[in-house]
Amino acid sequence: MSSNRPSSESPTKPDSTPRFWNDPDKRALIFQGLIVLALGAFILTVVSNTLHNLEQRGITTGFDFLSVEAGFGILQSLIPYSEADSYGRTFIVGLLNTVLVSFLGIIAATFLGFLIGVGRLSKNWLLAKICAVYVEIFRNIPLLLQIFFWYFAVLRTLPSPRQSFELFGGYLNVRGLYLPAPILEDGFGIVWTALIVGIVATWLFKRWADKKHDESGREYPVGLIALGLIVGLPLLVFFFAGAPVTMDYPALKGFNFRGGVTLIPELIALWLALTIYTAAFIAEIVRGGILAVPHGQLEAASALGLPRGRTLRFIIIPQALRVIIPPLTSQYLNLTKNSSLATAIGYPDLVSVFAGTTLNQTGQAIEVIFMTMAVYLTLSVLTSIFMNWYNSRSALIER
Amino acid sequence: MIKRSLITATILSAATSGHVLADVTLDAVKARGVLQCGVSTGLPGFSNPDDKGNWKGLDVDMCRAVAAAVLGDATKVKYIPLTAKERFTALQSGEIDLLPRNTTWTQTRDTQLGLNFAGVNYYDGQGFMVSKDLGVKSAKELDGAAVCIQAGTTTELNLADYFRLNGMSYAPVVFDTSDQTVKGFEAGRCDVLTSDQSQLYALRIKLEKPDSAMVLPEVISKEPLGPVVRQGDDQWFNIVKWTHNALLNAEELGVTSANVDEMKKSKNPNVRRLIGLEGPKGKGLGLNDDWAYQVIKQIGNYGESFDRNVGAGSPLKVNRGINALWTDGGLQYAPPMR
Repeated sequence: MSSNRPSSESPTKPDSTPRFWNDPDKRALIFQGLIVLALGAFILTVVSNTLHNLEQRGITTGFDFLSVEAGFGILQSLIPYSEADSYGRTFIVGLLNTVLVSFLGIIAATFLGFLIGVGRLSKNWLLAKICAVYVEIFRNIPLLLQIFFWYFAVLRTLPSPRQSFELFGGYLNVRGLYLPAPILEDGFGIVWTALIVGIVATWLFKRWADKKHDESGREYPVGLIALGLIVGLPLLVFFFAGAPVTMDYPALKGFNFRGGVTLIPELIALWLALTIYTAAFIAEIVRGGILAVPHGQLEAASALGLPRGRTLRFIIIPQALRVIIPPLTSQYLNLTKNSSLATAIGYPDLVSVFAGTTLNQTGQAIEVIFMTMAVYLTLSVLTSIFMNWYNSRSALIER
Repeated sequence: MIKRSLITATILSAATSGHVLADVTLDAVKARGVLQCGVSTGLPGFSNPDDKGNWKGLDVDMCRAVAAAVLGDATKVKYIPLTAKERFTALQSGEIDLLPRNTTWTQTRDTQLGLNFAGVNYYDGQGFMVSKDLGVKSAKELDGAAVCIQAGTTTELNLADYFRLNGMSYAPVVFDTSDQTVKGFEAGRCDVLTSDQSQLYALRIKLEKPDSAMVLPEVISKEPLGPVVRQGDDQWFNIVKWTHNALLNAEELGVTSANVDEMKKSKNPNVRRLIGLEGPKGKGLGLNDDWAYQVIKQIGNYGESFDRNVGAGSPLKVNRGINALWTDGGLQYAPPMR
């Protein structure tokens, strides 16, 4: 063999650099370049054809409409908005409403999902079965029906504004949940300062405590001290500053309550439905993740004499998270995208406000749908990037 | 559903091949043998399926009339229910040939969407419906009210204008279809339901207890409703426009579905021109000479259609009011057919 090889190579030696179309690397490059060109040409044709057709049919194009006055009202807005604002601002209002419900949904679904998932593995028969039934019911009913259920079935049972339930200075009725709103007065800034000081101090203390722990194995009550610094310190400062806050209580005026903050029923229904639906999937992911931790790990932990809580915290959860996080990311993305079903119950999210009313009032479907799709893509990619970062942090470091 | 069809429509309109849909609607409808007509998702009196699933209403009669004029058969219509949000995209993208869907004629819609309004088949105005226990007698007392409203309508804009002009605040609760809007109103989500007056009467019938609600007297806007076609197809635009005119002229001349055969013997030159025995006939429109005869024979005149669908002969019992012929002091006036 070894004697053969040089002889078989020797004839090609004189022109050892092959023609570029015979070089696999260069050929691959050429093909890739051609495909990119073809794709570019295709996209260019579609875009220019679309623009041409739209112009031929007398349909207005371009993004000028974004600065035109919108002239319609929106039920819920996180930023100041009035009818006199532009269509561009309706985009922001809708976007923020989408982000709000997605964010609330992700937080709540994660909590509920972890509880149910762990509950399903419980040794308590009743608890485990209840969790199993929960999962089977809520992941098997279409989300839209669940949204309708919470909105139309639950909403109808609430009383009218004049017969509201009263709770903790707030009111609950068919128009939503009305809560007192704190109004910050001058001098509240010092409380914020205290909060920031508390957070920084906690972070420094945690670093110090970790270092000490690594050196000496001594434990410090990090949780308690963090609580004291982050909650206690600002509270103390708050009272020493003379409680610079007044409450704005909602009051019944005319048809509805005015003042305070309002949680509209559309938000509550959508949030509930998204949370309950997604939590069923997250529960299964969590259960799978925990079951994926080899039993030997548990036995090893108990052999070392670790108490149950610590076994869970230091052995099970870190290993389970590696399995849980990638599919959990998909659930977060799903929840964000599913929030567009808001339009069915009139929650003013991006699809309802911007791809709904704005699209219809301006008639610029292509621009509006394009922007809306870009938003969901961006939100999803951002969530994905964050979760990938978190995943790489918690992934097993191979040594 | 809504999103999917919207996006499909957008992509369709983006990707349709090179040439523009000019002067082709008539040929396309004839070749297909069926008129594709965009109607509402269910609005009694205008476009609503009856208990046998047949579409009925004033707007549906517009579809049937155009089908009778073009294809000679009023039943050759495919009804495509659309929400207010979807309607223009569906027409622009060629998914439908005609949109008679209680759509208000406005400058923006007429000039910026690539659409044309072919006439007014109902003069409407926006009003308010409230629950009777609210004890409200006028729209001016609605400060602070929660208002149920359908998305993507001129009503949404008029409402904002009206409350702003009167210095009142309101909370808009926006739904996709009129059914959902009614449900929200019934559930007590809002104090007021606002829409065109004609719709309010229609929606009131849909309530579980129609007597519990009342329509306030104020009319806060002009809502001329009419059939819409794509811009740039003048032949089709003319066909729809003159089908509507034929319905009006037939009523003015006293030609009905019952007596149109008899009227063939009429000496009145106006009648003879209407049913295509003399005068311009169908050539200029690219239709058969008896097109208007077919329309009247199969649908009746405008007055018959009105009575049957929204007027005295219907559960809605709407007065002719401004929708009476100009000869009776109303606004419905058609140019002469000669």
